[in-house]
Amino acid sequence: MGSKDIALIAHLMRRAGFGATYEELEARDAKGYEATVEELLDPDSYGVPEFDEFIPARFYPAYEWPTAPTHPQANVVYHLISSPRPLHEKMALFWHMLFATSDAKVNGNHQMLQQFHMFREYGLGDYRDLLVRVAKDPAMIFWLDNNENHTDAPNENWGRELLELFSLGVGMDGHLNYTEDDVKAAARAFTGWTMSYRIPGLAYLWGFEYKEEDHDDGEKVFLGHRGRFNGEDIVDIIVQQPATHRFIARHLYNFFVADEVQVAAWKDTPPRDPDAVNAIAKAFKESGYEIKDTLRFIFNSDFFKDERAWFAKVKNPAEVVAGTMRLVGEYKEPKPGLTLLAWEMGFQSQELLNPPSVEGWHYGQEWIDSGSLVRRVNLMADNLGDATKPGTRYIIDRLASRGGMSPEELVDGCLEIMGYIRLESETRQEYIDYVKAEAGSEVKRGVSKKEVQAFEQLVTNVLRHIASSKEYQFC
Amino acid sequence: MAKEPVLVVLQLSGGNDYLNTIIPYTNPLYKDYRKVVAIPDDQVVPLDNEYGLHPAMAPLKRFWDEDKMAIIHGIGYENSSRSHFRSMDIWHTCEPDKVGTEGWVGRAIKAVDPRKDNVLTGVNFGQGLPRAMMAPGVPVASISNIQAYGVLTGITDEEQRTKALERFSRVYSPAIGHGPVMEYLSNTGLDALKGADILKIAPQKYSSSVEYANNAIAKKLRGIAMVHLADLNTRLFYTQHSSFDTHASQLPWHEQLLKDCSAAIVDFFADLREHDASDNVVMIMFSEFGRRVRDNGSGTDHGAGGVAMVIGDRVKGGYYSEYPSMKLEDLQEGDLAPNYDFRGFYASVLEQHMGLDPTEIVGGNFEQLSFMKN
Repeated sequence: MGSKDIALIAHLMRRAGFGATYEELEARDAKGYEATVEELLDPDSYGVPEFDEFIPARFYPAYEWPTAPTHPQANVVYHLISSPRPLHEKMALFWHMLFATSDAKVNGNHQMLQQFHMFREYGLGDYRDLLVRVAKDPAMIFWLDNNENHTDAPNENWGRELLELFSLGVGMDGHLNYTEDDVKAAARAFTGWTMSYRIPGLAYLWGFEYKEEDHDDGEKVFLGHRGRFNGEDIVDIIVQQPATHRFIARHLYNFFVADEVQVAAWKDTPPRDPDAVNAIAKAFKESGYEIKDTLRFIFNSDFFKDERAWFAKVKNPAEVVAGTMRLVGEYKEPKPGLTLLAWEMGFQSQELLNPPSVEGWHYGQEWIDSGSLVRRVNLMADNLGDATKPGTRYIIDRLASRGGMSPEELVDGCLEIMGYIRLESETRQEYIDYVKAEAGSEVKRGVSKKEVQAFEQLVTNVLRHIASSKEYQFC
Repeated sequence: MAKEPVLVVLQLSGGNDYLNTIIPYTNPLYKDYRKVVAIPDDQVVPLDNEYGLHPAMAPLKRFWDEDKMAIIHGIGYENSSRSHFRSMDIWHTCEPDKVGTEGWVGRAIKAVDPRKDNVLTGVNFGQGLPRAMMAPGVPVASISNIQAYGVLTGITDEEQRTKALERFSRVYSPAIGHGPVMEYLSNTGLDALKGADILKIAPQKYSSSVEYANNAIAKKLRGIAMVHLADLNTRLFYTQHSSFDTHASQLPWHEQLLKDCSAAIVDFFADLREHDASDNVVMIMFSEFGRRVRDNGSGTDHGAGGVAMVIGDRVKGGYYSEYPSMKLEDLQEGDLAPNYDFRGFYASVLEQHMGLDPTEIVGGNFEQLSFMKN
């Protein structure tokens, strides 16, 4: 049993990471909510170890030198599951979903891994700094054709998506945030920002190269400012725009607090909680565009902590897969099967490092279709219902230690130890009725082998049911 | 009772090598360009004195002889993408110029069954849902193992599982007042449950004298046969075989693929014919692109123009469209230039076989070929 805050911490871990086991929740609860937030944001200051790259590199030959698309995907999945710094992984995923770049075109396993590393390393830092890094990222340059953006023949792809998807957004409160002329100006400013070519087919990374002679040095007018802007000047102007603060704030709200409508509708549809988004925008601006400070603001805000935000998001496939693996204690160490997990995410429609387009993945309800739902349910139910998994075993043993329980206490105990999961009353009753029918009005793990097995069977069935419920599709 | 038309889409993933599938064996350029991977004359299975089949496809020749196999030459689209993913997406969504998220088969399912009367109108054999079948609100059963399709398949005890599924059904019943997302989840869950429930009869009902091989594509086609023969009114089937991406070691690799596919296709139609259930079924085969004319010393790299095939009792056999010229000046960056838009191919099948208006499904009006009998 924890403090009154332990369920809140469970919510925080689901959002700021990929969930946490009951043991981890108790440990974090002992430190308290605010301290947990701080530890997630600033693990260096709290002695939280870094992910040890050496361990998986020893065991997976393709870990550092990926030769097929599933290799970097498996690398990322392993980080999501086992990193002691889950917020950094979650933010890397956030940026990957925002600055959506697809290996389908980049066709560079190494290169895509490099990009994800960048999001991990710089994802909690300065947004302005990150934008410049993204502008110089060779995968991004190639993806959005900026290597074809020349002073005598501009290509607007990067310039456009920078404004439309990565910073300002198309519009706000029903009006447009930029014009086609702004797009053209941005494109001109980024001429010359290209990649040094690699030898095709070999595992050498592209680098960033600035070609002065290919840069359009002329005067541009961008969002009302006039000057001989280069790429970084455009970024400086962009980050000052209220539209940028609002757009990034809304993305953070969507990812961390509650599912919004799809981005394409944001121009004309107000946020579901405009006050919250405005507050985040304000915090973002006042922090000097520091993501870490903005997240601190979010995690400590009432709109985040309020129980109405709990389970207000449909789990994305990363959360389904990595969350389940964390809960059942899988892949704490390298072992075969990571590629299958990466594939599984693909079958659930989120193939890492390969979003369907630069708009990224559709989220929320759109993660669910008749194909993905079956896979999600089966993955979660099969794992939670498998007593050979260390995490499932832990739940069984922990429950057993409570002695005799009523069916209600057993079901509620399962929900609690799974991480303070909530069910609708009808669903909960359904499972209580099951326990009552199977085991009567008092449940206890006995001593004989038969009783022990019966208890295990009962509990794993309850866990399986909870994991297959529609409520468990949310986090 | 008149049987409704059924379409089986067999996707050959990875870029099937057109030149070694339908071989222009009398064209001297063929051997000039392909010093290593050219199929020797004495191995080619001639269709006539210009073209022949890869030897591993010999079993399919019977369809050609019966006039039930159409070969669509030079298929593709303008500005061919040589990226697997992009090109396959284009074939799936009929959007060569922008990124699409809806699939042509998904739209076709909606056109066939707009009120969602049958959750099994469209069935995929494979894992996950191919984009070709994605369309908002369209249920598709995606079966990786027909003996074990459904939710909570991890419960091995049958009685337990039945009860668990009943519970699942109650838990997923729509409850008023829990919001649109929960409602959507409920509907999707119940559709999946309904589909699985209906599908389980398929392996139970199935009995056949045909012995399929024990490989991936044979299993998938056998699964499709099972569902078709179970009379569940499935109208659109989809499956794929891979990988045809023969950059190296093409000769043995391609041979194995074509061998497995050809045998599976023959067994599939034999199975259907045995049950008198083949005459309304048409199978189409396609790949996301063909491969380079010149080999790379071991295999071939990504190309452009490819070949599609159509097999079925209602098919008017023969060649359609034109084999692209292999002359250097006619190649597109070293590849066969496509001369027939794949959307016309889909449109032909959709209209002439499925009886649907293809315009919205393929996104426009494209030239059709008359490879279906009237």
